[in-house]
Amino acid sequence: MDNKLKLEVITPYGELINEEVDEVYTTGAEGDFGVFPGHCAFMTALRIGSLSYKKDGQTHYVFINRGYCEVLNDRVLVLVGSAERVEEIDVERAKAALARAEERLRKAQAGEADIDHARAQAALERATIRIQLATKLIPR
Amino acid sequence: MPTLRDIRKKIKAIQGTKKITSAMKMVAAAKLRKVQDSMLRYRPYATKMQQVLADLAGAVEMRGDVPPILLRRPVKTVEVLVITSDKGLCGAFNTNILRAAHKEINRLKGEGLNIVLSVVGRKARDYFKRRDFQLKNVWTGISGKLQYTHAQVIAQEMINSYVSEAVDEVVVIFNEFKSVIAQRVVINRLLPIGRIDSEPAEQPTFIPFTYEPRAPELFAMLLPIYIEIQIYRALLESQAAEEAARMTAMDNATKNCDELIRKTTLIANKVRQASITKELMDIVGGVEALKQSEG
Repeated sequence: MDNKLKLEVITPYGELINEEVDEVYTTGAEGDFGVFPGHCAFMTALRIGSLSYKKDGQTHYVFINRGYCEVLNDRVLVLVGSAERVEEIDVERAKAALARAEERLRKAQAGEADIDHARAQAALERATIRIQLATKLIPR
Repeated sequence: MPTLRDIRKKIKAIQGTKKITSAMKMVAAAKLRKVQDSMLRYRPYATKMQQVLADLAGAVEMRGDVPPILLRRPVKTVEVLVITSDKGLCGAFNTNILRAAHKEINRLKGEGLNIVLSVVGRKARDYFKRRDFQLKNVWTGISGKLQYTHAQVIAQEMINSYVSEAVDEVVVIFNEFKSVIAQRVVINRLLPIGRIDSEPAEQPTFIPFTYEPRAPELFAMLLPIYIEIQIYRALLESQAAEEAARMTAMDNATKNCDELIRKTTLIANKVRQASITKELMDIVGGVEALKQSEG
C-alpha cells in the first residue's frame, strides 16, 4: 500500500469514490491543499468547490458540496452533503439553478422579505462551480 | 329488494375498487423498497460523521471551549417539529402522529412553556390550521422526492431560531419505521445537542491532528451537520413508515373488497334463486289453471 492514498468520498446518497489514488487536491476552509502519501494527520472543513485526484497519471475532477475532510494514515476521508463526478454534471440543470438563484438574489436585494439571502447565495455558488467544472475544466 | 342487475353492478364496482387498492399496495411496496435502499446508502455517511463529531467534541471539551448549540439554558420556549406525509390513504399513520404531537404540545403548555410549531407535510399543516395554531414553518412536497438539501434547509432554520434565542429547545416528532407492520411515534430532542452519541471510537483519540481552522472553530462549522443528519434520518424514517403504513392499509382494503365481493355474490345468488323459484311457481300455477279450464 505504500505510496498510495486511499480516497473515500461519502455522501448521504452513498459512496461515490473508494479508490487507491496517488494525489488529492481540494479546497479547505483556509485554502487549497494537496495530499500526497505520507501526509500528517489533518482535519478540515471543505468549501463548495472541486476535488481532484490523480490516478495512474490521469486527473479526475469531482464537484463537492460543503463538508468535512480527514487525512489519517494515508487515508483521505471526505464526507460531503453531495458530490458528483464532472462527467456526470447536468449542465442544463446547473444553468437553470443559476438563473433561479440570480433571480432570487435580485428579489432579495429589492427587499422581498421571504427570500433567504444566504441560501440563494449558496445556490448561486454551487451552480457557478458546477458549470465551471463541467465546461472549462473538462479533463481530457 | 334490489334487483339482480343492481347487485351485479355493485359487484363490478367493488371489483374495480379492489383493482385500485391492490395496485396502490404494489406501488407503496416499490416506494418502500426505494426508501429502504436510500436508508441503507445513508448509513455510512451518518455513522462516520457522528464518529468524527464525537471525537472532535472530545478534543474541544478538553480545552473548555463549547459552542452555543451544545449548551442548555433555562427553557421558556420550545419549538416542535412535526413530520407527517403529504398524502392520505395510509391508515392511522398521520392520525397517530398528530394525536401524539397534540398531546405533547398540551403537555408542554401545561408546564407553562411557549410553543413554536413547524411542520413537514400537508397533513400536519391542515390539522393544525384547522385548530388555529400559528405555524412558523411549513414544508410540503418533500415526500417522494426527499433530498439531503431538504434536511439542510430545515436544520438551518432550527439552528437559526436556537442561536438567536428565539427558542430554547427544539424537539422533533416523527414516525419511526420499525417494520412493515409496525410504526412507532418518536419524540426526540434536537437542540441543544447535549452529548453526541456514537459508537466507541475505533481509533485512539490522542492522534495529533492538525486542525484547520482551529479545533473549536472547525467543530462549530461542522456541528450543524449533526442536526442535518438527525433531520434527514427522521425524514427518511417517516417516509419509510408512511409507505409501510400505506402498504398495510391497502392490503387490508383489498381484503375487505374480497369479503364484500363474497357477501354480495351470496346475496346475488339468493336473489337469483328467489326469482327462479317465483317463475317456476308462476309456470306451475299457470299449468294448474289450464288443466282446470280444460277439465
